[in-house]
Amino acid sequence: MQPTPPIPTDDEIDAILMPHKGREGPLLPMLHGLQAEYGHIPAPAISRIAHIMNMTRAEVHGVVSFYHDFREKPAGRHVVKICCAEACQSVGGDVMVEETLAKLGLDWHATTPNGALTVEPVYCLGLCACGPAAMVDGKVVGRLDAPRLERILTEAGA
Amino acid sequence: MKIYVPMDSAAKALGADDVADAIRREAEARGLDVTLIRNGSRGMIWLEPLVEIDRGDGREAFGPVSVEDVPALFDGRMDCLGAVEDIPFFARQTRLTFARCGVIDPLDLADYEAHGGLAGLRRAIAMTAPEIVAEVTDSGLRGRGGAGFPTGIKWKTVMEADAPQKYIVCNADEGDSGTFADRMIMEGDPFTLIEGMTIAGLGVGATRGYVYLRSEYPDAITVMNEAIRIARAKGVLGGDILGSGRAFDMQVRVGAGAYVCGEETSLLNSLEGKRGVVRAKPPLPALEGFLGRPTVVNNVISLATVPVVLEKGAQHYADFGTGRSRGTVTLQIAGNVARGGLFETAFGITLDEVVNDLAGGTRTGRPVKAVQVGGPLGAYIPVANFDAPLGYEELDAKGGLLGHAGLTVFDDSADMLHMARFAMEFCAVESCGKCTPCRIGSVRGVETIDRIARGDADAIPLLTDLCETMTDGSLCALGGFTPLPVMSALTHFPDDFATQKEAAE
Repeated sequence: MQPTPPIPTDDEIDAILMPHKGREGPLLPMLHGLQAEYGHIPAPAISRIAHIMNMTRAEVHGVVSFYHDFREKPAGRHVVKICCAEACQSVGGDVMVEETLAKLGLDWHATTPNGALTVEPVYCLGLCACGPAAMVDGKVVGRLDAPRLERILTEAGA
Repeated sequence: MKIYVPMDSAAKALGADDVADAIRREAEARGLDVTLIRNGSRGMIWLEPLVEIDRGDGREAFGPVSVEDVPALFDGRMDCLGAVEDIPFFARQTRLTFARCGVIDPLDLADYEAHGGLAGLRRAIAMTAPEIVAEVTDSGLRGRGGAGFPTGIKWKTVMEADAPQKYIVCNADEGDSGTFADRMIMEGDPFTLIEGMTIAGLGVGATRGYVYLRSEYPDAITVMNEAIRIARAKGVLGGDILGSGRAFDMQVRVGAGAYVCGEETSLLNSLEGKRGVVRAKPPLPALEGFLGRPTVVNNVISLATVPVVLEKGAQHYADFGTGRSRGTVTLQIAGNVARGGLFETAFGITLDEVVNDLAGGTRTGRPVKAVQVGGPLGAYIPVANFDAPLGYEELDAKGGLLGHAGLTVFDDSADMLHMARFAMEFCAVESCGKCTPCRIGSVRGVETIDRIARGDADAIPLLTDLCETMTDGSLCALGGFTPLPVMSALTHFPDDFATQKEAAE
């Protein structure tokens, strides 16, 4: 199992939030900053943002939950995002991906019990002339086939 | 000896980083003096990683190059493609917006200037604001994001608005599948976007700019941030643009994975740190945009085209094209194609020429079934309509939309009912939730298509009716145009919607 991450203190959170406070529309940069540091948006950060930005916690939660990128709990140590959009489907990506995930017993959005890997769908990586495409911990991969995807997922800990 | 290996994401996805490393090692082992330049992509994705070698007498292209090919590349045993400019796919293009992409080192400002960069900005500095706006209007440039609204008219509205602060916002939330032109130019020639936004700032009286760039493009984010830093350090951005005494500065803002934020009002809310919910128009963003101030919201390609318009003049640009679609279109040939990539050409080329000739048909070798033009909200165009010239009005007349000019090709194995269902499902996932036709309609759309799939023919008129409601009643293009792929699939490929029922009978 993944160790539960330590809960950050208000001071640690503020150190991430405050440099953005004076910017125009600071909330998304703040949330990206938190996620870059902790891998998710820690619950105490919602109250801190609400306090600093003079918003209600509900409003902050509304923003966090609107965007696919922001997580409420940490992802696995590796994140593999696989494109599910039309261009990748046109080269058989959808079928190939579903079969490979089924073979390895992986589910979309889920993290493996060993905490190693999270698999997520993504709608377009801009690699539409060399699909099926994926992004492995921020690194792009094109012209995937089943053996290659299986190798990527297995190496990531599936 | 200079060797060029692209750092474009598509090239990287096909192994360009490993090839670059292998070239570096091989050169070292052979004791060769090699300057390795990481350029942008020339846009011929099927040839990536496309390596170019300049031994002092021009650049010669090789591709696709794998790590294993590198020794042969140095030995001269690898087949040479000749000069990139002579490869037919490239030779047939008219490159205005993408003239420098893949040619220069994207982060070398001197290289940029040596290839015509900053000439447009210098000319703009010597012009009055109305002259700049008139130049853009006269060029006939229209919004390349999809809507096709005349860029100059939008700028004029912002220019004439009276406000203490105005903004230039670049929509780089290129979420449409089948499109990658924004990504390519940001990774391959970022200074052209910076120059375009700066000219826009001078034209409308805005001193601050934002590039709203999607988080799915980490490489583009890195390149753009670095380019902005360099431009600022060299005085292209900041309080005294090229010594003119005029000010403009800009920054990148990273999106957070919401497709709907490519819609301009939703993008503005997101930029302000709110949920990316669509705003009703009016008020127009040109009058009440970012933080309620007059704001130009333009697509990456629109803004990246401005420098060449100013450099070569409005008439030069307007001389290309057809009808009311002036200048060049940056086609992105994607999906199941033998030769995919970026093809910049004058408006007016037909789908047939693009798909069957340039792209060489499908990658699988099977017959082409349909092309989705314009991303997830664009129509599936059947082969029978391939005579359609690619232009805003021309495609509209065929029941489609040009959108961001992405062309996703499907072979005859594509199940159009499945694609129609996917369009509704995508809309349901990505709907911002503000208006009912989109939020509820898309969910009902999935259910209705499932009924059709089970052989319930009564569900077909229901789907048609639902699509009409979504088209007429949605607040933005997401709900408003999702019916386009759905209805085009249903209209042109009725067999895919009837097989289950007939099988049951």
